[in-house]
Amino acid sequence: MRVTFNANGREVEADDVWEGESLLFMLRERLGLPGSKNACEQGECGSCTVYLDGAPVCSCLVAAGQVQGREVRTVEGLADPETGLDDVQQAFVDAGAVQCGFCTPGLLVQTHDLLERNEQPSDNDIREALSGNLCRCTGYEKIMDAVRLASARKCSKSEVSQ
Amino acid sequence: MTTAHPDGIGGSPLRPDGILKVTGQFAYSSDMWHEDMLWGMALRSPHAHARILSVDTSEAVKHPGVYAVMTYDDIPGSKFYGLEIKDQPALATGKIRYHGEAIAIVAADHPETARRALAKIKVEYELLPTITTEEQCLDPETYGYVHTPDEYKGHASGNVVHSQKVVSGLGVTDEVRAMADVVIKGDYVVGMQDQAFLGPESGMAVPAEDGGIDLYIATQWLHVDREQIAPVLGLPENKVRLTLAGVGGAFGGREDLSMQIHACLLAQRTGKPVKIVYSREESFFGHVHRHPAKLTYETGATRDGKLVYCDARIVLDGGAYASASPAVVGNAASLGMGPYEIPNVNMLAVALYSNNPSCGAMRGFGAVQACFAYEAQMDKLAAELDMDPVELRQLNAVEQGSIMPTGQEIDSPAPVADLLRRVKALPLPAPLDTTHLDIREIPGALSNTSHGEGIVRGVGYAVGIKNVGFSEGFDDYSTARVRLEVIGGEPVAMVHTAMAEVGQGGVTVHGQIARTELGVERVTIHPANTEVGSAGSTSASRQTYMTGGAVKLAAEAVRNELLALGRKRYGWTYNDLSLVGGKVVSASAGVLVSIVDLLGDTVIDLTREHHHRPTVPFDKETGQGFGHVQYTFCAHRAVVDVDVELGLVKVVELAAAQDVGKALNPLSVVGQIQGGSTQGLGLAVMEEIIVKDGKVRNPSFTDYLIPTILDTPPQPVEVLELADEHAPYGLRGVGEAPTLSSTPAVVAAIRQATGLALNRVPVRPEHLTGTGES
Repeated sequence: MRVTFNANGREVEADDVWEGESLLFMLRERLGLPGSKNACEQGECGSCTVYLDGAPVCSCLVAAGQVQGREVRTVEGLADPETGLDDVQQAFVDAGAVQCGFCTPGLLVQTHDLLERNEQPSDNDIREALSGNLCRCTGYEKIMDAVRLASARKCSKSEVSQ
Repeated sequence: MTTAHPDGIGGSPLRPDGILKVTGQFAYSSDMWHEDMLWGMALRSPHAHARILSVDTSEAVKHPGVYAVMTYDDIPGSKFYGLEIKDQPALATGKIRYHGEAIAIVAADHPETARRALAKIKVEYELLPTITTEEQCLDPETYGYVHTPDEYKGHASGNVVHSQKVVSGLGVTDEVRAMADVVIKGDYVVGMQDQAFLGPESGMAVPAEDGGIDLYIATQWLHVDREQIAPVLGLPENKVRLTLAGVGGAFGGREDLSMQIHACLLAQRTGKPVKIVYSREESFFGHVHRHPAKLTYETGATRDGKLVYCDARIVLDGGAYASASPAVVGNAASLGMGPYEIPNVNMLAVALYSNNPSCGAMRGFGAVQACFAYEAQMDKLAAELDMDPVELRQLNAVEQGSIMPTGQEIDSPAPVADLLRRVKALPLPAPLDTTHLDIREIPGALSNTSHGEGIVRGVGYAVGIKNVGFSEGFDDYSTARVRLEVIGGEPVAMVHTAMAEVGQGGVTVHGQIARTELGVERVTIHPANTEVGSAGSTSASRQTYMTGGAVKLAAEAVRNELLALGRKRYGWTYNDLSLVGGKVVSASAGVLVSIVDLLGDTVIDLTREHHHRPTVPFDKETGQGFGHVQYTFCAHRAVVDVDVELGLVKVVELAAAQDVGKALNPLSVVGQIQGGSTQGLGLAVMEEIIVKDGKVRNPSFTDYLIPTILDTPPQPVEVLELADEHAPYGLRGVGEAPTLSSTPAVVAAIRQATGLALNRVPVRPEHLTGTGES
């Protein structure tokens, strides 16, 4: 089948998609968007998290055909081509929250969503929001640091813009 | 003659691959893509022990979209490979020895085509009784052999892979026992832990015009992979070229081959690029795990707390194939007494062949299992003597100059007592506020199963000792090539090694070293491949020591050649020259010339090898010998809340103190300590591959649990920097030590909270509520 949808602000189409393919497979293998990662393929690790119509989902659990006509935003679409890295991306690099980096794309999307909803999350809010994203390298401390840093930067920007 | 540079050693510059990783541009091994590529997949055994009577691939071959189906008979070269003992068939023949062993491989145009083709392969098995318990393994006359004696070269007979004794002082005799006032005995069990790296095994093999193969692969050691792959393909090593693809974590699980040979065989057969990406289930079958262990300890001490003797036996289940079991045994035996001075020791460590999954390298490598047992013994002893458990440890702690049970002197700082003092001195977390409870802070967290009733808090301590680098006479070395040239009017250094960057941050450190030694700003890191000499494995906490050491040597050689050029051209007679800020500087005469002007069109490109000082094998009967290059130490304090009604544990805080010799990159060092501690926390309370009758029951992230951010507490870290004069920059390998003591510290805290004995990890709810087997 052919699937047509919006990926990171651009209309795309994938041909010869097999009915059983996941959104994750289609993004990675057919559209050249390998940023979303394939670590468990059963929705347990969060490495494949993308926005689907603005809500974070595990793309391994979404059938490719389900995104017909919808909007998908992946880690590749977080950075602004004009202004550079998103605050969350920059904070992960600065805080040392990236080691092997395999969990990073999913964590970035999930954190991005958290800070969209709650600009100043408490530590418990952060832990709750990211509890579906496994990281095996960092022990999560530096990820906590990164989210706090991104939050602080976002808040200071909001203050300036007010 | 090193110089300070903000992004040099001791600084924390950002990772060179960081931006790529946060934008999704970094190419991991599973991201490889090639026009016209095929997908490879393996058929795996549903049985743990069986004879293969026949394999019929005729229907699979005919399946549309299938390009090749291969079995053992199609292998062009050697049939067996292995890290230390070549006992593992590239594809099974004759016998299946573990659940999930690969029997056949296919290459097809889509993963689903490959899956359907696999389903059409018919295998006839004759089931054999499984050999899975210690009793069965040690009595082959009754229960049989995992490997038939003399079946192939490399292993003569029996189900013992390797054993190692360590005897020191008077050993442990009745007379020695009589010297102790108190005796503590304990039997301990450590479950089978998995590395559970997030990036699944994957890579792409591309056939080359010269008949060779180019393999893009996530691994820990490119050259040792090649040594094992080439003979199976029937190719000389120079026709098998490996390039490191992005690695999504490793932790020892990528030391052995997984899909490498299969992808290469299929590429060789089809003439097309072949990509293999394991599913999570296949990943659990496709790599070796941490050895599960049974440990028996008897410790004697005087009334005032001085250790008199230790008698110990460690039995490690090595599973179906040897992998790194011999070296794991060596570590368990030689480090199995812990960082303590014990005058009389009798130790035996053994690894067995069984029909359980193969076990090999995992972070901590034999020292983790022992640490759980000897630290439990120390707590029991402290309780028996009514002493503070930290004071008891400090009283017996090794220090610089102490002699290990192997007879080896510890010839660099060993601040064990101080590390314990430091974690103990950290402020304790605030008590649980039961009046304003946020249920996210209590055991069971979000599942809303309790509101704070039945929760007790405990505090536990532990410390461990680990070796750095390869031991027992192994000529461990690494190679680095450093090139200095002027590009765009700037001096640029390029560092080329075969080091596997698995996330640990070696690529950052190499840049720091080159900047420090050459006084340049810009450093590029060449992709790791087999076009340069071996870097050895990214394991054993050795890469910064070994490859970092090689980069230092090569950069120094480049610097010396550059300065020689200057001396020749300008007739300098100074002996106080250094490279700072892109210039040649004399301490006495100031700036002499810029590197750009001195170098001009000249390119200096030099390669150096770094070998660590030699070690020797342990004596087979006594374990005596200078077997380890360097020792490293880490101490933990764990604070836990336990819900004794539900059997649930929440670690409230996990503090660590570690001596790193010299922190080349403080940010990365702390990250390694926290990550390693978290894996130890996982082993303490949740991580275990459940194997029954040789069958793996939980090969998924749904059923094999690793700590989430909700399971993981704040982790304050104290870093000590006591230089080791034998190591480059005085550094000490960092990655593994924190994985040792975190497990016993967490369990000690649970014991303190509950009063339960808890001799097994992971601790499960039924152990805490008394509703299941312990």
